[in-house]
Amino acid sequence: MNRPREYPYTLFLVPGALAFFAVIVVPFLMNTGISLTHWQGVGTPEWAGLDNYRTLLDDDAFWESFRHSLAMVVAMAAIPTALGLVLAASLFDFVGKHFGSRTASVLRACFYLPQVLPIAVAGIVWSWILAPDDGALNDVLKAVGLGSLRHDWLGDPDFALYSVMGVMVWVQLGFPLVVFMAGLQRVDPSLYEAAELDGASWWRRFWHVTLPQIRPEISVVLLWCTIAALKVFGAVYVLTKGGPGGATNVPSYFSFQSFFEKTQVGYGSAVSTVLTVIILALALVALRLQTRAEDRER
Amino acid sequence: MRALRRYPVLAALIVAAVLMVLPFLVVAVNAVKSPAEYSSNGPLSLPEGLYLDGIKDFWERVDFGQKLINSVLISSSVAVGAAVLSVLNAYAIGIGRVKGRPWVLAFFVLANMLPQEALVYPVYYLSKQVGLYDTRLSVIIVFTVIQAAFGTYLLSSVLGAFPREIIEAARIDGANKWQVLWRVVVPVSRPTIGVLLVFFFIWTWNEFLLPLVMLISNDNQTVSVALGVLQGQRLMDATMTNAAALLGVLPAVVFFLIFQRTLTRGIAAGAVK
Repeated sequence: MNRPREYPYTLFLVPGALAFFAVIVVPFLMNTGISLTHWQGVGTPEWAGLDNYRTLLDDDAFWESFRHSLAMVVAMAAIPTALGLVLAASLFDFVGKHFGSRTASVLRACFYLPQVLPIAVAGIVWSWILAPDDGALNDVLKAVGLGSLRHDWLGDPDFALYSVMGVMVWVQLGFPLVVFMAGLQRVDPSLYEAAELDGASWWRRFWHVTLPQIRPEISVVLLWCTIAALKVFGAVYVLTKGGPGGATNVPSYFSFQSFFEKTQVGYGSAVSTVLTVIILALALVALRLQTRAEDRER
Repeated sequence: MRALRRYPVLAALIVAAVLMVLPFLVVAVNAVKSPAEYSSNGPLSLPEGLYLDGIKDFWERVDFGQKLINSVLISSSVAVGAAVLSVLNAYAIGIGRVKGRPWVLAFFVLANMLPQEALVYPVYYLSKQVGLYDTRLSVIIVFTVIQAAFGTYLLSSVLGAFPREIIEAARIDGANKWQVLWRVVVPVSRPTIGVLLVFFFIWTWNEFLLPLVMLISNDNQTVSVALGVLQGQRLMDATMTNAAALLGVLPAVVFFLIFQRTLTRGIAAGAVK
């Protein structure tokens, strides 16, 4: 058959390729290039080789910000995944079975709600709740007779990081919960019935049936949440601005400060390049795991 | 005996769920208190009446209507633009099976995971050079591309499983590739594209870093940026903070109620696809 005007499929990639080149590839290469210079954002950048990276290695503030990143991984990946597993399993095969799936989905919605909130708004809500003088948390503590526990939750360097971590658990929890509940739906019910017939307790079933069955979901969620934790910016900006005294600074906020407050653009670019390398390495692991899981399904 | 054990577990789960939504409730309660009432009764009392002046004052002070318009304009343009771009890319990758497919796909995934910190300064600098700095258009362009990275990834795997016979049939009827895309592939994939539109809209609505850097004038700011900047200045008293928080929470809750099904289902699909 004769088909006039047949163009190759590659043509459909052209708009996408051009857009990605202009918005992602060029800025990313520029950023990497800038990280090899000393630049204030105006005038000509001055070649510096690996100077910025050498400075980084000796910069305590930089290392501290990465330590706080690890705290964020605990708060946004480890804790929500663990809690999410227990919650998903109990909502799915306990509440769902005994009280109907409607009850389960209403409860699920409550846990998921913080996820749709803009992080800036979540920050406003919590910075008021955690405020030292007229905040709700301190008032609650006073009302139940624990006035001695009152704190300047976000202003005290010993507590600020834990307070931010607590807020991030609240923000993040819904994501693993929803993914795990969806994953549980494809677990073969006969596995549970067999375990029940063998007289296995709820916890044993959870450990020996539920966990192994949704392992692909668990690894994907852990990696996604870890990447999200490394990228945290908005929450820190709104809650603490990295303070007090750098006690809650994270790499993304650290690079933002270098760019726009200290106008050390070259240095900020170096920080963000290091962050990018770490995230892309994790992303490659994630991709690997995902394709392997898909292959196994086939 | 089993029945007796059920209720404590349910009760514990309900308590946990209430704790999750408690911050929203506390904010709603305190947003309708007058400053005088707040300072005398504190944050925990129930409001004596409906005092809406705090919300009204805040609305006027930050010109909240304009912020809403900006957020809606930016988020919906990005949603549509990114969906179109994703469809074009995914058509070539998923159905056209262009050469080097895994590499092209890996490129889009990595582009999606790139931290925005690694793009923000060059984007800021370049947009100044071409006169797009502090325009809503600049933010629309950047997010259209960033969101399309995810959309391409998800749609490519969906279209990869698209029934070949349907396409072959349309081709035999004389449709060219462009016609097959818009008359066959897009209508059949409508549910997935719908999920993407919702996701793109909400993600863009919630974005913070890039809009914060790119939109400095009051007339262009989004809801997120305006609220975040105000909070950063620490100029608001407690009732105004609550009014601000309530106005920020409301659109999110509205989206959530409208899109709940799409959201929870879509996430599951995206995470394990």
